[in-house]
Amino acid sequence: MLVELRAVSKRFGDRLAVDRLDLTVPGGGCFGLLGPNGAGKTTTLRMIYGVTRPTAGTVHVFGLDVTREARAVRSRIGVTLQENVFIDAISPVDNLRVFGRYHLLREPMLSQRIEELLDFLELRSHADVPVKVLSGGFRRRLAIALSLMNHPELLVLDEPTTGLDPAVRLALWSRVRELQANGTTVLLTTHYMDEAQRLCDRVAIVAGGRVVADGAPAALILAHLAPEAVELDCTPEEERALGDGMRPRARVRVGRRAILYTEDAAALVAHLRGRDQGDRRPLVVRPTNLEDVFLALTGTSLEGA
Amino acid sequence: MSVSVPHAVAVWRRNASMYRRTWWLNVLPNFFEPVFYLVSIGIGVGAYVTRMGGMSYVEFLAPGLVCVAAMNGASFEVTYNIYVRLTFEKAYDAMLTTPVEPDDVLAGEILWAVTRAGIYGGCFFLVIAVAGLAPMPQALLALPLIPLAGLLFAAIGVAFSLRIPTIDLFSFYFTLFLTPLFLFADVFFPLKERLSPSWLWVAEVLPLLHPVRLARAAFRGTATPVLLWDLAYTVGVSTLLLAWARGGIRRRLTS
Repeated sequence: MLVELRAVSKRFGDRLAVDRLDLTVPGGGCFGLLGPNGAGKTTTLRMIYGVTRPTAGTVHVFGLDVTREARAVRSRIGVTLQENVFIDAISPVDNLRVFGRYHLLREPMLSQRIEELLDFLELRSHADVPVKVLSGGFRRRLAIALSLMNHPELLVLDEPTTGLDPAVRLALWSRVRELQANGTTVLLTTHYMDEAQRLCDRVAIVAGGRVVADGAPAALILAHLAPEAVELDCTPEEERALGDGMRPRARVRVGRRAILYTEDAAALVAHLRGRDQGDRRPLVVRPTNLEDVFLALTGTSLEGA
Repeated sequence: MSVSVPHAVAVWRRNASMYRRTWWLNVLPNFFEPVFYLVSIGIGVGAYVTRMGGMSYVEFLAPGLVCVAAMNGASFEVTYNIYVRLTFEKAYDAMLTTPVEPDDVLAGEILWAVTRAGIYGGCFFLVIAVAGLAPMPQALLALPLIPLAGLLFAAIGVAFSLRIPTIDLFSFYFTLFLTPLFLFADVFFPLKERLSPSWLWVAEVLPLLHPVRLARAAFRGTATPVLLWDLAYTVGVSTLLLAWARGGIRRRLTS
């Protein structure tokens, strides 16, 4: 196991941000830490790279105790923070140079690594202009480049694509896949479930400072819900009337929207249409995704069928 | 965890790489300030003062202003600049994702503040040396006092910056702490000659007074036992405040 958290808690004053959390991240592949805002994701990451000390429990990375050997662990990790941190007045190349020195990289290694990363993250077009004039997508790529200066074995990405447009997100995902293919383990947090589903082999859903479910995305969908989802607008009373006599595997309600999960969407739709006497309300049939699992496990009134 | 010198130097170089681009914007105003005081007060007001402390007024003023230049050089760096990096830019949070530790951040920043004190103090020293106000060779003994005064005010400033809740409090630091020091800590007149004996201890509390007294003694080329106390104060207070700041920066960065 590359990362191993055992019964880790973190208390800030009266607030328990992380509550006896267990987490193991295997080497290779991409691991997603999913959870609503305030679930304790960032605190968990900070404990993994040894900047926040757990109140209780143990954190091991590469088999090393992070609280004792933070420097050794961090020399093998790259971290992209949620907020980009640059020196705005100087160029991407100079920012990379400053950051490389924190890892004690020296010339000619330093310049060589900068050249590699300019190519890998397509930064060359604006490599020598002040960072402050760069676009959001370019800045995010630069932030990732900074965290790759030391050839990390483990790359930690905190909300890598929040606030970016779709084309930029796709481009970043392909870089992340390429890193994985080259043997880097990726640990990311996100609240975009599509991102988690596309990138991650394994995910852990965190709520209230604990892991409430973990596994491969497809396995989580099957374990907690069902492969197909049917959505419709109705009141809870209408839902009861419509659903009389049928058994979806699970249901979730968000306001007026009811989502029913089933192995056989065709049968469920036929049943609903039959009950829905002339009133052809629109139904949406789609594959169940991680977002559904997330909704079912972390919020909204969940009425198991 | 203790300081790793290479990592502290990497932090120092971060600041240096920024400063390299804008140094003339920073150096010019801070450098001219003591020059203006020297000309206005030293030569202008000094024309009406016959002797002070056994020398001409401008000679009396020059060594004190060297220490003021060092104080100012260090102070801007460890107040606004550190606070902005800590709170708004999150520069230290980024450093701490690498093998840099809070102690290295503190050491690198202090080293940088001392460097800037050295730049300002050194430039000003050059001006007064060219003007013939630094008696050679004994005035050269004042050169090591520039980084020492820089260290003292770096330590005071960083300890303050790490404990305040809002950036607005720096106006107190400058107006109610540094300005009175500048005006009363022996730079413009011998404070002790204006204090009644029961209040003499007040003078000894003022941090700037000690480097100023050392610098003046160097210029004069005379040593007295009180200088040992000045040296002990400067080194002792710096050490104590840096030890305190160490706890502060760790708390701010690693909670």
